[in-house]
Amino acid sequence: MNYVLFAEQLLNGIQLGMVLFLLAAGLTLIFGIMDLVNLAHGSLYMLGAYFAATFTQMTDSFVLAVVISVPLMVLSGIALEIVALRTLYRRDHLDQVLATFGLILFFRELVRIFWGAAGRTIPLPPYFNGSVSLPFGIDYPVYRLVIITLGLIVAGGLYLVVQRTRIGMLIRAGASNREMAGALGVNIPLLFTVIFGIGAALAGFAGMIIAPLTTANIGMGDTVLIQAFVVIVIGGIGSIRGAFIAALLTGMIDTLGRSFLDDLLALFLPVNAAEAAGPALSSMLIYVLMAAILFFRPQGLFPPKGAKA
Amino acid sequence: MKQYIWLGAVAALGLAALPVQAAEIKIGFITTLTGPAAVIGNDFRNGAEMALQHIGKKMGPLDVNIIYGDDEQNPQKGKQAVEKLVERDNVDVVTGQIWSNVLLASKDVVLDANKFLISANAGPSDLAGKACHKNFFNVSWQNDQTPMALGELLNQKGVKSLYLVAPNYAAGQDMVAGVERTFKGKIVGKDMTAWPAQMDWSAELTKVKAANPDGVFVFYPGGHGPAFLTQYDQAGLTGKIPLYSVYTVDALSLPLLQKAGNKTALGTFLTQMWAADMDNAANKKFVADFKAKHGTYPSYYAAQAYDSIMLIKSGVEAVKGNLKDQDGMRKAFEAAKFDSVRGAFKMGPNHFPIQNFYANEVIADKDGTWMNANRQVVLKDHQDSYATQCKM
Repeated sequence: MNYVLFAEQLLNGIQLGMVLFLLAAGLTLIFGIMDLVNLAHGSLYMLGAYFAATFTQMTDSFVLAVVISVPLMVLSGIALEIVALRTLYRRDHLDQVLATFGLILFFRELVRIFWGAAGRTIPLPPYFNGSVSLPFGIDYPVYRLVIITLGLIVAGGLYLVVQRTRIGMLIRAGASNREMAGALGVNIPLLFTVIFGIGAALAGFAGMIIAPLTTANIGMGDTVLIQAFVVIVIGGIGSIRGAFIAALLTGMIDTLGRSFLDDLLALFLPVNAAEAAGPALSSMLIYVLMAAILFFRPQGLFPPKGAKA
Repeated sequence: MKQYIWLGAVAALGLAALPVQAAEIKIGFITTLTGPAAVIGNDFRNGAEMALQHIGKKMGPLDVNIIYGDDEQNPQKGKQAVEKLVERDNVDVVTGQIWSNVLLASKDVVLDANKFLISANAGPSDLAGKACHKNFFNVSWQNDQTPMALGELLNQKGVKSLYLVAPNYAAGQDMVAGVERTFKGKIVGKDMTAWPAQMDWSAELTKVKAANPDGVFVFYPGGHGPAFLTQYDQAGLTGKIPLYSVYTVDALSLPLLQKAGNKTALGTFLTQMWAADMDNAANKKFVADFKAKHGTYPSYYAAQAYDSIMLIKSGVEAVKGNLKDQDGMRKAFEAAKFDSVRGAFKMGPNHFPIQNFYANEVIADKDGTWMNANRQVVLKDHQDSYATQCKM
């Protein structure tokens, strides 16, 4: 095996994991604390990408566009929570799925009306373009390193907020036992609104930073949402730490599967069969992992302390 | 006696009513209007609309009533849309059809209802070979042909080692098979990616870089194309490993790439049976009017949709608007006597075109707009490899 190739694929796995983490962190908080199944989380990811595209065009700077778009995403999230989602908390999960699925269609149409059906490419500043030489002969695209770094910074920031601040304490209390937290005088509606705003910003941020690579397009949130659900199920619903580790795991398995599975299969299958089975199997790997986790540890790898399984 | 008069009156009324009823031809046009591929579907529709504008919405004595169906790039949704067109709208001809998997899922709805089905884009191998049908026509190409031309072009350019990246669905597999059929060098790697879910090729591009081939072949239609080219550039492969493509760098992706300043596509070669700068009267009129109306070059999707409407028109004119004369229409479709924007071509015995395939190069035109410029013929009067399996 070529070690440089392997190392670069590991970095690719980490990069995918970071994007999944940003998306899953919000999703797991919203699902775990607010008990809301929010299928429209992928739409927020898409919205972030389109915001970044628009402001990049207006300001000629991708970095500035992200700085403007993140607070806008918080506001969008808060508005969405107040207008549409608040009435859903008391309903059962099926109603929430239906309503938030409706929101997916709404956001798709909204984006088409405002931005058109064609995707948007986002030009990166020159210093993010191209690739950089790392030790051991590894050549890696600069911008993917930027994504990894940003992901780590956000993860660290979230850790500090959740573990060290008062709002973090409330979030943890809410994740462990919502009724008890409410009974002790925590302003639950306000807490929910804040959490949703944070979740929306994280999802939007993920969309913003991936859009220069994949372009902003209308269907972008749909597939990544499914992967994000896989991540939170593996990590344990409501747990940021679980989401982080599960996202890295999922990103790594998905990337390494795509990279090496066909070669691996070719060792004991005819080449043609391996070529056919490789792509099919590698796109299934993360679901196989999820199924295994659900079987052996249904509450996920790192469920929040005291949470009801 | 009285009753005979009544009968006569009723019959006369009925006869009088008939021409009114038959004075239009209903065409069902399947395209994609939602999802990431809607940009293709819009251009496809614009091509059909341009044809209708040029013919004044008339085919022979008949008015044209075109009804668009949205397949959402999904075989199930596509089948539902076709069912609606055939069963509820009772269309006479179904055309459009971008995606091979949608076409395969929905073809029987049309053919079992004994109506004509004319694919303006998708050309899956089944329908060219053993599953060919007397009422099915294709006005674009069989999926393998364009990549076969590309494989031949690679031979001509002296490419010795090749890496293939394509989506894992019917057309993607056909494209790869097509290149492999004619390319004489060594295939050093091949990745088939999840479609349409995967839009990040980090793992695949890393493998490409490690393999360091003489050339990379890609097939990513629609919104995936610009994303792939962006990441190709990001991975530092622009100018290092030459890129060859089919159905990826087109009039839809080039404006996006030009806006983003991504020069990866410039100077790359692709193969196609048509180019916007082809020198024939029909094409000049089509391209000039399309540019005037939409401000961009038409894509090959638009060109093929344009041709599909013109083919239908030639059939309707041959039977002078008598749509019941299916044999007459079929004969006219087989003759394909209309001014195609690609120039003259023949319809093969399996109802797929026998035509030239060209190398196109991505250049900046005299106004600085990036476009695919027609270069040499790569395959002349080429027939697909499945025609012999077709027993009609």
